[in-house]
Amino acid sequence: MIYINIFFSEIYKIIFLLLPVLVSIALIVWLDRRVWAFVQKRKGPNVVGPFGILQTLADALKFMFKEIIIPASANKVIFVLAPIITLTLALIAWAVIPFSNEMVLANINVGILYLFAVSSLSVYGIIMGGWASNSKYPFLGAIRSAAQMVSYEVSIGIIIVNVLLCVGSLNLNKIVLAQENVWFIFPLFPMFVVFFISALAETNRPPFDLPEAESELVAGYQTEYSGMMYAMFWLGEYANILLLCALGSILFLGGWLSPIDIYPLNLLPGAFWMIFKILGLFILFSLVKAIVPRYRFDQLMRLGWKIFLPLSLIWVVLTASFLFFLDMLPVAG
Amino acid sequence: MKISRIIKTVFMADFVAGLLIAIKTIFKSSKTINYPFEKGKISPRFRGEHALRRYPNGEERCIACKLCEAVCPAQAITIESEIKNDGSRKTTRYDIDMLKCIYCGLCEESCPVDAIVQGPNFEFGTETREELYYNKQKLLENGDKWETVLAENIKADLPFR
Repeated sequence: MIYINIFFSEIYKIIFLLLPVLVSIALIVWLDRRVWAFVQKRKGPNVVGPFGILQTLADALKFMFKEIIIPASANKVIFVLAPIITLTLALIAWAVIPFSNEMVLANINVGILYLFAVSSLSVYGIIMGGWASNSKYPFLGAIRSAAQMVSYEVSIGIIIVNVLLCVGSLNLNKIVLAQENVWFIFPLFPMFVVFFISALAETNRPPFDLPEAESELVAGYQTEYSGMMYAMFWLGEYANILLLCALGSILFLGGWLSPIDIYPLNLLPGAFWMIFKILGLFILFSLVKAIVPRYRFDQLMRLGWKIFLPLSLIWVVLTASFLFFLDMLPVAG
Repeated sequence: MKISRIIKTVFMADFVAGLLIAIKTIFKSSKTINYPFEKGKISPRFRGEHALRRYPNGEERCIACKLCEAVCPAQAITIESEIKNDGSRKTTRYDIDMLKCIYCGLCEESCPVDAIVQGPNFEFGTETREELYYNKQKLLENGDKWETVLAENIKADLPFR
């Protein structure tokens, strides 16, 4: 009997995490389109609901009633599995994201490793989708996506090492608590910039949206998808963007901590500050989408391997020696 | 590469400048309108949906001179006529194939009695092709529907003709 209770209490927790995440994905898609429109002096979606907030819901409903077309030459099992894997991987990563000291589904000691592993896996959804479609544009999109995500995963990993050197723990709660005095964005500012750009590449956002470059590859790996399967790719993509915004605010912007620890600000719940920081990062994401042209593939590779990787490696050495010689290395544990 | 260029690249000066412009632009008013709810201003010369006009006493203006039929570059207009009992020549058939029409406005220009005109209406999309083969009845209906606007537009454009 007690097992059933534990089981249901876990289910409740998961639902209370997933529902807000899914709702905020819907809102964030709307926000993205609105910001994009405002930068281009357009109005953006503003008809469905107040300020057009329900636009994504309307789009999702449309997708639900559309027919799912599976190409005759496609590998059906993998073709169906690919969007499911993308969405699932994008959602399970939220289990370790702390919204305050207690508000976290799984406070595991290797949280950052878990996040890193899950976000590395998410490329499989795209590769499977591109390969199983058995069509040239999805295939080219999948190849590009694989190369791109692998390259930028490396520099993100080394940036995370930078942060871990200053924290001395892989636990996400401890990473946040280590920033009580000063957020890591100040001592590690260049790393934050590199992290942000790598996050753009990691989530296939412009200027690194080569896998779905509509002017060259129709829609890349999503070309053969329709209806709810397409919507799942789409949801997974935005869930990943939100996840990397959350990761960025945990690693560099002090997670749920208030900017200054003074009276009216520190009364607000930690989740508010966390959401505020995620939103701020996301608005930066959508501003970047509006102002930059797309990179060429060789430029993308050069930026990843020849600039970001050496830069973050050098910064690891700098951080490590700085901490070592000033005797500021954190105590393990 | 010049040193200033390298410094600009390292500090992403161009990107930051672009970002600042984007942030400034966000607070400016948008240039687009909520189209189905509010519409842009159109000139009195706007060449939209066709209409056949009548005189105030209800008589059709068209005298079946067939100038419009002759001038139409897309050959979208078909006219048949007969002499009425009162000695006047009137059309028995006046068809415009709106799918052939290129909206050049030559029919309107050639008409000696301002009978065939192109009105301000541009929202006449249909679900079938057949509905866009306009006949005389449809064109006259259009004329009755838009008469006030059409008369005003012709009056506004008069000094320039």
